[in-house]
Amino acid sequence: MIKVILSRLGESLVVLLVMSFVIYALIGLMPGDPIDIMVNSDPNLTAEDAARLRALHGLDRPIIERYLSWLGAVFQGDFGYSRISNQPVMEVLLPRLGNTVLLMGCSFVLALLIALPAGIFAALKPRSIIDHAINLTAFAGISVPPFWLAILLIILFSVVLGWLPAGGMGDSGAGFTNNLLHLVLPVATLTLATLGGLIRFIRAAMIEALRQDYVRTAQAKGLHPFQVVVGHVLRNAMIPVTTILALNFGSLFSGALITETMFGYLGMGKAIYDAILGNDYNLALVGLLFATLTTLLANLLADLAYAWLDPRVSLG
Amino acid sequence: MRRLFSGIGALVLGLATLPAIAAENLTIGITQFPSTLHPIIDSMLAKSYTQAMTLRPITAFDQDWKLICMLCTELPTIENGLAKRETYQQDGETREGIAVTYKLHPQATWGDGTPVTSADMVFTWEMGRDPRSGVANLEGFTRILSVEVIDNKTFTLHQDRVTYDYNSASLILVPAHIEQPIFAADPAEYRNRTAFDRDPFNPGLSFGPYRITAIEQGAKIELERNPTWWGTQGAFDRITIRIIENTAALEANLLSGTIDTIAGELGLTLDQALAFEKRNGGRFDMLYQSGLVYEHIDLNLDNPVLADVKVRKALVYGLDRELISDQLFQGRQPVADSSVSPLDSVHSADTPRYDFDPGKAKTLLDEAGWSVMKRGIRHNAAGEKLSLEIMTTAGNRSRELVQQVLQSQWRQLGIEVTIRNEPARVFFGETVTRRKFPAMAMFAWASSPENVPRTTLHSDQIPVAETSWSGQNYTGYASVEMDSLIDAIERELDFEKRKVLWARLQALYAEDLPVIPLYWRANSYPLPKWLKGVRPTGHQLTSTLWIEEWRVEGRD
Repeated sequence: MIKVILSRLGESLVVLLVMSFVIYALIGLMPGDPIDIMVNSDPNLTAEDAARLRALHGLDRPIIERYLSWLGAVFQGDFGYSRISNQPVMEVLLPRLGNTVLLMGCSFVLALLIALPAGIFAALKPRSIIDHAINLTAFAGISVPPFWLAILLIILFSVVLGWLPAGGMGDSGAGFTNNLLHLVLPVATLTLATLGGLIRFIRAAMIEALRQDYVRTAQAKGLHPFQVVVGHVLRNAMIPVTTILALNFGSLFSGALITETMFGYLGMGKAIYDAILGNDYNLALVGLLFATLTTLLANLLADLAYAWLDPRVSLG
Repeated sequence: MRRLFSGIGALVLGLATLPAIAAENLTIGITQFPSTLHPIIDSMLAKSYTQAMTLRPITAFDQDWKLICMLCTELPTIENGLAKRETYQQDGETREGIAVTYKLHPQATWGDGTPVTSADMVFTWEMGRDPRSGVANLEGFTRILSVEVIDNKTFTLHQDRVTYDYNSASLILVPAHIEQPIFAADPAEYRNRTAFDRDPFNPGLSFGPYRITAIEQGAKIELERNPTWWGTQGAFDRITIRIIENTAALEANLLSGTIDTIAGELGLTLDQALAFEKRNGGRFDMLYQSGLVYEHIDLNLDNPVLADVKVRKALVYGLDRELISDQLFQGRQPVADSSVSPLDSVHSADTPRYDFDPGKAKTLLDEAGWSVMKRGIRHNAAGEKLSLEIMTTAGNRSRELVQQVLQSQWRQLGIEVTIRNEPARVFFGETVTRRKFPAMAMFAWASSPENVPRTTLHSDQIPVAETSWSGQNYTGYASVEMDSLIDAIERELDFEKRKVLWARLQALYAEDLPVIPLYWRANSYPLPKWLKGVRPTGHQLTSTLWIEEWRVEGRD
């Protein structure tokens, strides 16, 4: 097991290295750079100013040279400055990471808490009214665009009812309740957006598992239905569900761009998006690599979970 | 004795039960967070908007577009003797320059009590002209040959040339006592170490009516009164600027009361504001101010079709721009006749106008050789179709709406127009700046009062690979007369003579038509009923430069 874990971690490092180069190259290949946009918006800037600013920001060097310079600095623990925020990268990203983990974590857990029983119930009562109602909710969650949902919730709960703040994150020092109130709408938006897919997947996995012979055997043995579902069916149905959860886990750290923008929530999604558009290599790279790393780690955890859930699965 | 103590007790009790004087707060919503708070590194509207409350330029154009002193006591002119022509030697030649003397306000003081002095000007100049400092536009600093300190509050700027704007000193001083040690330690790292970003709450960084007291990166900036401000005290104890990038969410925050107002300079688009006013006008006072953002269509004169001035004139005659302004913008964005705003003092009312005249447009197209109609589209004798492509920034709803109207109106003339849009980053990063648009590019220029259009109209400003694509003459317009007019305007100090030159420039612009003028963009300011005194400028300086004039009337 330790060998497997270490081997997978080693592979992850290779993936990160390759991804770092790919991301760097892709950002560099985007047409235009911030200096071009700066020159266009300020008629007083001359060709000499543009050349000087490019040299100052290192944009005049070949991309491979810039990448190697960045890599060398990272190995020495220097993640550089964010060009658009004028602050050290980690000072920008760490608070955002905390915000994102809070937002995505809450919505992830809430979605799971709702999707699991809903998916199980729908699978146990296929084609019933309850199944149809749950499916309808799931499809609505899948179909409704998050930005539209966000605006709708803001209008209803902030403007019309005045119950909740329209956005932001609560003033620092304002207290737990105030911060919690600011989380309600963004978490609700994300939960509803995530719920639909999860319900459908859990339902499908449960239906597939319910068809298996061992379920009929368990029922024939006279086990209580609860024992059959939880002890036998759910455990087997969770294997494919674990894959989905592992992939979703990566998003815990990469944020949700649209929701963050709509609610003015300072998360990783918006930070990474702004960094890419602003050719802020340092910030974009660290943010994206962090998201990559968490996805890789989540997949490792998923593989370990498979082994636990299904003794027939062996690692290595 | 007992009576005395009773009396004191009653007094204390009375004072304790007096109602507390409520702090007056204002929350403003804007759509961008400044990338840096340093006044001269990087130019960004969000920064200008915020910093207008904490710092002031030496001179500025006021809301009536008059040049005034903000930090100085008297505007230097040749007439009052504070500006003098002079000669100097450079590269073995004798050149003419001008010495302009400014006297700083005697009470001007940084927030930590240090006086604002000539030393701040010297440092700002030395730092600004250093190529390592990160300042975007060096020219404003390199034109100053030297700064001569007369006394603590008086200095003379020796400039390398005599131009009409010799006394316009729009630069903002930087506190030498805080920034100089940082700059001296490592000039190349200065832009990353400046106290404006690393220690933004330092009171010594402000001398305006407010100073920054709290920042949440990307979310909000809080300002409180600056106790060392010498002018009129602002009405607000605290001003909070909240950044909400999505304009629909910005609107919702305004309606929910999370913010009190939205900055016109950085807020709702005009069509959003008009829709907002229709739905909620009773709750807010809507202020509209058209200004210096010139929405236009650059024509690529390398295109053989557009190289013919008759075709260009036909395109303009065939557009009902008044209808566009009325129908799409409820008349809030006045039609432009040239690149000079009607609000500008050098605007000429005699500039030839192109009122909607489709008959004339069709005649011009016939004369240009596009007289053969096939399936409603004009062709020339060689059988080539009159087809043009128009490009603009994708996702800009207003522009996309206008494009569709233009396409439809030109179709009536028999011109086939295809629309192809790109994200702003690509459009401005490559397509426009390298003149890759095949025919028409629709976008806007922002400028300042009496801004000479050298970079957009002078023939040496056509971007080419040899000059690393510098210049903004994207149309490729080259006119000897225009070049000499631009050169002459810059050198002419007499306003009335300059006006004559400006009138000819505008007439030539309208005759040659390298650009299709569309309209002047308007900013919209949704203000709560209790907020008075907000006066948008219409030019590049923000309304917050006069924040101390904003006042509260009848707030619950």
